[in-house]
Amino acid sequence: MSIVQAALKKAIALAPDSWIPGGSPDPLIRERHGHVGQPVSRIDGPLKVAGKARFAAEFPIEGLTYAALHYSSVAKGRIVEIRTSEAEQAPGVVLVMTHRNAPSLAKAPAFGTNPKAAGGDDLAIMQDDRIHWNGQAVALVLAETQEQADHAQSLIRVDYEVDAASTSFEQAIADGTEPGQFMGEPLKLRIGDADALFATAPAKVDATYRTPGHNHNPIELHAATLAWSGDELRVHDASQAVTHAAWTLSQIFGIKEEQVHVTSPFVGGGFGSKTLWHHQILGAAAARLAKRPVRIVLSREGVFRTVGGRAPTEQRVALGARRDGTFDAIIHTGVTAMTPHNAMTEPFIIATRSLYAAKSFRLEVDTVKLNTVANTFMRAPGEAVGTFALESAIDELAAEIGMDPIELRIRNEPERDPTQGLPFSQRGIVAAWRAGAERFEWYKRQQRPRSVRDGDWLVGLGCATATYPYYRMPGGAARITVTRDGRAIVAVAAHEMGMGTATAQTQVIADRLGLSMDQVKFHYGDTSLPGIVLAGGSQQTASVGAGVVAAHRALVAEMLKLAGNDSPLAGLHPSEVGGFDGGLCALDDHDRRESYASILARAQRTEISVEAEASMPLEMQHWSMHSHAAMFCEARVNEVTGEVRISRFLGSFDCGRILNPKTAASQFRGGIIMGLGLALMEETQLDERTGRIMNPSLAEYHVPVHLDVPAIDVIWTDEADPRTPMGARGVGEIGITGVGAAVANAVFNATGKRVRDLPITLDKLL
Amino acid sequence: MQFVINGRSLDADVDLRTSLLDLLRDHFGLSGTKKGCNQGACGACTVLVDGNRINSCLALAVQYQGRKITTVEGLTSNGALHPLQEAFVAHDGFQCGYCTPGQICSAIGMANELRTGVPSYVTADVAAEAITVDFDEIRERMSGNICRCGAYNGIIEAISETLGTIPLPEAKDAP
Ligand code: FES
Ligand code: FES
Repeated sequence: MSIVQAALKKAIALAPDSWIPGGSPDPLIRERHGHVGQPVSRIDGPLKVAGKARFAAEFPIEGLTYAALHYSSVAKGRIVEIRTSEAEQAPGVVLVMTHRNAPSLAKAPAFGTNPKAAGGDDLAIMQDDRIHWNGQAVALVLAETQEQADHAQSLIRVDYEVDAASTSFEQAIADGTEPGQFMGEPLKLRIGDADALFATAPAKVDATYRTPGHNHNPIELHAATLAWSGDELRVHDASQAVTHAAWTLSQIFGIKEEQVHVTSPFVGGGFGSKTLWHHQILGAAAARLAKRPVRIVLSREGVFRTVGGRAPTEQRVALGARRDGTFDAIIHTGVTAMTPHNAMTEPFIIATRSLYAAKSFRLEVDTVKLNTVANTFMRAPGEAVGTFALESAIDELAAEIGMDPIELRIRNEPERDPTQGLPFSQRGIVAAWRAGAERFEWYKRQQRPRSVRDGDWLVGLGCATATYPYYRMPGGAARITVTRDGRAIVAVAAHEMGMGTATAQTQVIADRLGLSMDQVKFHYGDTSLPGIVLAGGSQQTASVGAGVVAAHRALVAEMLKLAGNDSPLAGLHPSEVGGFDGGLCALDDHDRRESYASILARAQRTEISVEAEASMPLEMQHWSMHSHAAMFCEARVNEVTGEVRISRFLGSFDCGRILNPKTAASQFRGGIIMGLGLALMEETQLDERTGRIMNPSLAEYHVPVHLDVPAIDVIWTDEADPRTPMGARGVGEIGITGVGAAVANAVFNATGKRVRDLPITLDKLL
Repeated sequence: MQFVINGRSLDADVDLRTSLLDLLRDHFGLSGTKKGCNQGACGACTVLVDGNRINSCLALAVQYQGRKITTVEGLTSNGALHPLQEAFVAHDGFQCGYCTPGQICSAIGMANELRTGVPSYVTADVAAEAITVDFDEIRERMSGNICRCGAYNGIIEAISETLGTIPLPEAKDAP
């Protein structure tokens, strides 16, 4: 961090609350009788269950061609010869594109290098003969049908000159590591002398935990339908970052940002994977070359080959404590993998920075580079695997000193952020622990492992803390249009991947404007709309919320101007006015009001439209803002086969105000279920000899199915965070955190076996 | 080639390699049936053929000429949702909605299997006349339909609530 940045950070931390967004709480937090907080069914539900929601690969275009990719079978080197003539002559083939004939493309700006960059890596795509990983696309075939393209692709033959590649995580660690960075800051933190305090601590644990690579595997395959008209590129994409994708494509093709129009009204799951990867870029290049529209749908194998996942980690957690359980030292260090062509480090120490008080800390992430597809964000990057290590270690320490693991955690509850020193905006984890413990009947747990048996099954209970930060990125904006019939359209370039965005935002906007839900339309998923809004980091709700707050403020000011002196609202300042019952009213006197229809009619206007940008997101540097949950798991382990079954699970959440209990509960459960996958079965297996992913299918990369998932109980504190829009914090990612440890701890309680190496497969329990 | 889809007779001249899934999506514009793996592992492409559920990605279109094919588009009648579709909305049995048509068609096929007494891996008494339908029985039988969003609890609730009343697809009027 530069001196200027450091000084600015300090100034924001010390500034009066009133200067910071959230300094005066969002008035909507007080509103308790509106749509917010109601379990409204998804407004797009009827479309989805009827199969009428149109996804990226389903937009019809005249004259469409279908694409198929041919992937490199070596990890590093160059193409000596690529034989395409057989493919070119195959029936229906329109084009075979390789580095020899691909249009000239600029390097893809990689995620994090510019506020709108969305590239999974920073390579120049299909511009030369270089191979960067096993699975890189080396040729693209376009044909009149998918069958023809798939067949022609299989006829391509490539000779490679192979260079030595780095394809073993262990070997790469042995060869030497480099310090990791996340969002431009070093992943390194030292407070006090943790090693010295650890050495002299009366109680301690010191263990190494390993987590493998993971793939997101949304059920919708990555796909795009693309067409050029002149220099204008139209993309129907499956995207959680439309504005970012459009800007990045414009850079690659050397055209203006406005010349790329990306829409993505429905996304069949993303979890961090639906950004910009080679397939959209190659699809656009091929469409340009062939002068035909293109549909590119990756096969499931293609997704594994060309869309990165979560990187593997090896983590050491060493905790030094006194006999009463208070922490003297927290050491959390380790290594993760990345590639030479991306900038994403899996930041597994982030949760450890704010969860517990301790006298000293040493936190560090180092990296090694592998020649693989670029790793990327996957649901709760950092926390999902970091909490597995930390929260397993806490359980080990509790066993070591003979203390209840919940009490051990509560004993180390900090009063302020333990490493930043900032006050918490709101923190209700202790209440979540208490409520969860009671509901789960935690008191029935036997401290001694292997105490409970049901036939062949050993039964155990485990718990862990889950956590995820509140984020809000710069770039939020919104346009609000109110029409004479008293309806509102709110437009933001946001995304719906199943989080319930459209539904929850419609509830919020209806309350803010004083309208019913059917008077509000929420438009999203389109680069022609305002805002640079990433559906990531669980920040979309806050980003959209802050954009709408700003646009609403502008709307009220404009409306008051239009209302003029003849209105009951005359003389009021915009800050004294809110939305109520189809119009505006004085906040302290609901009888002073006028409807939108009446104001617009008197002003002889058919509509009013305002657009505004959200405030700069300074609140995270002024307060420590985090969501938490207490996760409880009951595991049954078959003593004969080693099979693990999860029979009960409870998540007790503290995530600010819950905007829609129905969709939020689904987000919590969905996260927990992906966490069960992380705990018990998910693993991207790399053949270390060739750098090739060995299990690129849903038959071999296992994800939880119906029978793996019990009825999952979720509860929450519903305590508003006074510093965030609507009092809400994100709910999308926290569910996956803590689950790995809760399961491992339950398995330990059941069997007495401590598994520190995910996934917990049956061979590790026999 | 002639196909009977959702009670309508449709013609197409397709490649012999075309799967039933691609026939529906690419040739007839019936994109309600989804592609999640194209290799029989996810269930997103489930449709009903003569009342039985199949993975349409593993079926060659040419083999299904003249058979009665029902897709998610054929479950609504006169624009009204099928009771199971309503229940999916009410119980939030989906998030992104991509696996949903497959889950719904699969559940209808499953109801037929239960009614005709086909046992499953978790059926306690395989010789029993009638199968006791419980949480495990439905979960096991729906395990071929993956939901990565993890809407499993809501899906099972929706199915359990509707199960007794799921009409056989054959009995349904063509749209
Ligand atoms: S698409 Fe057919 S089973 Fe996955
Ligand atoms: S709802 Fe998204 S995969 Fe099931």
